[in-house]
Amino acid sequence: MTNTSYVRTEMLPEKAPPLAQAGAVKWMRENLFSSIPNAILTLLALFFLYKALAGTLPWIFQSSMTADSLGGCRDAIKAAYGEDASGACWAVIRERYHQLLFGFYPSELYWRPILAFVLMLVAIAPVLYDTLPRRILWLTAVYPFLAFWLLWGGSVWLPISIILGFVIGGLAAVYLSNLLGTLGSTLAAILLPILWWMLLAGVFADAMQSILPIGIESVESAMFGGFMLSVTIGITGIALSLPIGIFLALGRQSNLLIIRSLCIGFIEFIRGVPLITLLFVASTLLNYFLPPGTNFDIILRVMIMVTLFASAYMAEVIRGGLAALPKGQYEAADALGLDYWKSMRLIIMPQALKIAIPSIVSNFIGLFKDTTLVSIIGLLDPIGLSNAIRADSNWNGIVWELYGFIALMFWVVCFSMSRYSMYLERKLQTGHS
Amino acid sequence: MTATTDTDKSVFRLSMLIYDTRYRSLTIQAVALILFMLGVAWLLNNAAENLAALGKPLSFGFLTHPAGYDINQRLVEYTSQSTHARAALVGILNTLLVAVLGCITATLIGVTVGVLRLSKNWIVARLMTVYIEGFRNVPVLLWIVLFMAIFIETFPQPRDFRGADATASMYLGESVALTNRGFYIPKPVFYDGSWIVIAVFVVSLIGMWSFARMARKKQEATGQILPVMWVNLAIFVIPSVLVYFVMGKPIGLDMPVLKGFNFAGGFYMRNSLIALWLALSLYTAAFIAEAVRSGIQAVSHGQTEAAFALGIRPGRTMSLIILPQALRVIIPPLISQYLNLTKNSSLAIAVGYMDITGTLGGITLNQTGREMESLLMLMACYLTISLTVSAIMNWYNESIKLKER
Amino acid sequence: MRSDAGILPESASYHRSIGDCVLDLMVRNCPNLRALGISMRGTKTILAFGPKSSRKGTDHQEEVKMKKSVFLGALTVAGLAAGLASAGTMDDVKAKGFLQCGVSTGLVGFAAPDANGEWDGFDVSVCRAIAAAVLGDAKAVKFTPTTGKTRFTALASGEVDVLARNTTWTFSRDVDLKFTFIGVNYYDGQGFMVPKALGVASAKDLDGATVCIQTGTTTELNLADYFRANNIKYEPVPIETNAEAQQQYLAGACDVYTTDASGLAATRATFENPGDHVLLPEIISKEPLGPLVRHGDDQWADLVKWTLNALISAEELGVTSANLAEMSKAPGNNPEINRLLGTEGDLGSMLGLDKAWAARAIAAGGNYGEIFARNIGEATSIGLARGLNAQWANGGLIYSPPFR
Repeated sequence: MTNTSYVRTEMLPEKAPPLAQAGAVKWMRENLFSSIPNAILTLLALFFLYKALAGTLPWIFQSSMTADSLGGCRDAIKAAYGEDASGACWAVIRERYHQLLFGFYPSELYWRPILAFVLMLVAIAPVLYDTLPRRILWLTAVYPFLAFWLLWGGSVWLPISIILGFVIGGLAAVYLSNLLGTLGSTLAAILLPILWWMLLAGVFADAMQSILPIGIESVESAMFGGFMLSVTIGITGIALSLPIGIFLALGRQSNLLIIRSLCIGFIEFIRGVPLITLLFVASTLLNYFLPPGTNFDIILRVMIMVTLFASAYMAEVIRGGLAALPKGQYEAADALGLDYWKSMRLIIMPQALKIAIPSIVSNFIGLFKDTTLVSIIGLLDPIGLSNAIRADSNWNGIVWELYGFIALMFWVVCFSMSRYSMYLERKLQTGHS
Repeated sequence: MTATTDTDKSVFRLSMLIYDTRYRSLTIQAVALILFMLGVAWLLNNAAENLAALGKPLSFGFLTHPAGYDINQRLVEYTSQSTHARAALVGILNTLLVAVLGCITATLIGVTVGVLRLSKNWIVARLMTVYIEGFRNVPVLLWIVLFMAIFIETFPQPRDFRGADATASMYLGESVALTNRGFYIPKPVFYDGSWIVIAVFVVSLIGMWSFARMARKKQEATGQILPVMWVNLAIFVIPSVLVYFVMGKPIGLDMPVLKGFNFAGGFYMRNSLIALWLALSLYTAAFIAEAVRSGIQAVSHGQTEAAFALGIRPGRTMSLIILPQALRVIIPPLISQYLNLTKNSSLAIAVGYMDITGTLGGITLNQTGREMESLLMLMACYLTISLTVSAIMNWYNESIKLKER
Repeated sequence: MRSDAGILPESASYHRSIGDCVLDLMVRNCPNLRALGISMRGTKTILAFGPKSSRKGTDHQEEVKMKKSVFLGALTVAGLAAGLASAGTMDDVKAKGFLQCGVSTGLVGFAAPDANGEWDGFDVSVCRAIAAAVLGDAKAVKFTPTTGKTRFTALASGEVDVLARNTTWTFSRDVDLKFTFIGVNYYDGQGFMVPKALGVASAKDLDGATVCIQTGTTTELNLADYFRANNIKYEPVPIETNAEAQQQYLAGACDVYTTDASGLAATRATFENPGDHVLLPEIISKEPLGPLVRHGDDQWADLVKWTLNALISAEELGVTSANLAEMSKAPGNNPEINRLLGTEGDLGSMLGLDKAWAARAIAAGGNYGEIFARNIGEATSIGLARGLNAQWANGGLIYSPPFR
């Protein structure tokens, strides 16, 4: 009996899915036109996109890179694209980009801020990626002094003698504790460096400078400008605000009434007023609060106020980190018999700071953006410089190109940082749950 | 260390201030307080000395002097002969105006964008991401300045409305004029008898509220859902409109008309207000959208599935199930965004909007040279506003917090 | 300015200690900190471990300060007691090696940085002349951009030594704010600019107009006064910078732009079509613009005043940067030129300078007329006529007292 052929013995080849259920069409049906309201939304979005691009793209590309004044630009664009064409004048960026980046920093010394910036990336790397060798942490510790020296220049011995003060403090804390007890060594660790800085450090720096003169050309802070100024103010603010913020956060959680109220008062005051008023204080009032005749230059005053501003926010971020720690950690530290500072230093802070890193990064993004406010008090940050450039009779009347360039620069920096902080957040989440 | 643990109350040695934990905290606090007071005293002393040397002792007398300058947008009566204090008041009101408007629109835009960002529609979700990332990562000062520039370059100037060959025209039956100096919209004018219409309107508002309450009670008791929206719409419109016509149209409209250099009549929203308002709302909305998104994502997916299983439609799922739960996560960041918006409104001087920073902290400070007094008052104003806003919002946050039993 | 540039001098005997630098903020001999911009004007800091300190001043002040020092006893432990001993600004400038000059953040023709960061302009030239007179180097100037708000504080607090930021000389600024205006380098007045198409011939026709004003100046007060006196309604639009005001005006967001007439002319000159805009005939205020210094340092005020006068006199006497070298070689026929250039008599020593101070000041950027012509004159894109700012002999107001 030969087999009848109504039982199929092999699979039929798969048929291609209907046209509407495959490839781009399927994707579009699912993602763009899944329902009538969705379809309407999609069409609206496409229309908006078309309008936006049609408005800006010709302007961006019908441009002139070569002219040396706004009038020149207009002529060049008319010559190239017809009488009534209008386009961007990127020539102003070509001529002034170094000013927008570095302000008035001497051009032959541009390598110094660049090097400082690159070193900063290296210095913070071990903090952010814990797979890197721990030895780089030494660079992190020395970096602030190195950056100060690179940016402002001058004798190398001044930062070194200041570092020595910290070294003395550290040594005193470690080696004098047998001799003087905990309290004594703590006091010594505070007092000895102060005495060193006040009495001996200058002599030391003097002497070393005369024995071994090492120095680089010094640059005044008045020559800082553009993005370099924003970055310097931002980084200084965040770096200095970290220790202050830690103490404020601890103070705010402390059960010592007076200390707690002082910390809360400070934090709430700073967070309650806009940064611009603090900058007005820096530009007009700060000198009144210093001994008569004392005079900081404006950039330093701004850095002081920005640091105060950032530390209040930093304190809140760290407080968030402290609050996120399970209570068991505090109790475990107590159970081990650690005193307050030891438990904070060894158990609590390392974990709290790690939790807080994403928020610290977004804090930094905010601060970096806020540095543009210094243009209102007359500092030449990118926006301030854009006004100065427009005061040049060659470029009077130029608007979009400068703002566009500045916005783009800020966007690139802030966006990449925010992406990074998101990545960190994800990484930390998996580590803790 | 000496043994001070045997606590004999009659014996008190000075060293106990440091070594005895009972007293140590007191010592630390006392030292901190003294250091703090010394620091403050040092600063104040310097300030007094410096101000005396300059011959400008602290005095708020300048507030009663005539200000001498004009302010364009004033919510209360003000002329150039009014005092500096009055100018400051005008400024405070302008700050509050833009802050309140900004908070409302920022919330509306932020919630919409936050929800749309999670939309299944690919292009819409992408556009929202672009919007959020674009706005969040560029300084708000730049946005304010850019919006002003866009505003004055895009809209026609009043001159273009004039003449036979006008290149611009008014909208909505010659009642709305969009110019680069701002928007002119009709302003209601109240004639005799208009109070009756207003009273009816207020009564219908109360009616709407009580109907909504009744419907809610009924729903809770029986599960029956009344068509609240349609009924309320009817209550909202019908009585007022009826009375309006019965009373012989006692409320008219004052239309803007091109007269001389500018439009006259109607309600004038200045370009500086609109640019600042839009820039602040869109910037803050980007942050609010992120807060809303993470709030929604914090609500367990099971909630959505449970709602769908119950047969609730997606829109209602969002508004009845997801958003109320997400709200608890959203409110705290929302508070700080409102505060940020209020503080960022101090950048108004970049576009010439005369807020408190522009009047008291700007022209008044310039003209009188009283930096100390002006800035102290300026900070006090912002501090008061901030603390009030955060107090109200924290109270609201408490009231919607999950009551754990 | 690169005045402080260079590797540190080896013999840098800067200070006993960094404590002096860091805590007392005394920076004269501490270049690292000076680079940071910390300085202490005219003060002598005393390391004191108690209320004992040596101060100049009346007995009463002494007593007050003693009390304060006692009050601050705890702080003096840190060696922190600053005493006042007013050294002159000129000595400070000489010790620093550069002049600190407050200018505007950018105003076409008056002060603006070029692509290399070098400041240039009419106001800037005055600063350069002063630096040349005192320090012998026209480049030894550190420019501090100031806004309308920060300029007076910057000067009062000693952040700048002289403020050359087209500032109007008024009674209250001179008397109440305690500044000394040392002269006028530009006579200005507030004017109006309107588009020709508006058909406005007089400021009195501006009823209901929208007016762009640059804030932070006397402009808004003048405007309010003028329109109130003439009973005209207007809509003020206050704007921080000239660049923004110009943008608003050109886009038609305001009908009129008002600021100093020089600023209007300068702004109009940079328009695409300058001919489409007219300046109205009304000048509603007097705006004598000039450099100013702090009250109470007459030596410094004299120096700045006479540097400006030297530039003005040089033009009057026909001393230009072209013939300066030749004229200052040997005494000529005109005794006043000789006195000015130091070839006869010794006026410089009366100021505490050498004989050739004025010659250096003139060499820095030429005489007043040359500075005017180079920065804002008719040959430049700004194209201002001399007008009121012509020499008195030519019917203007520019007039220098004699060098005698």
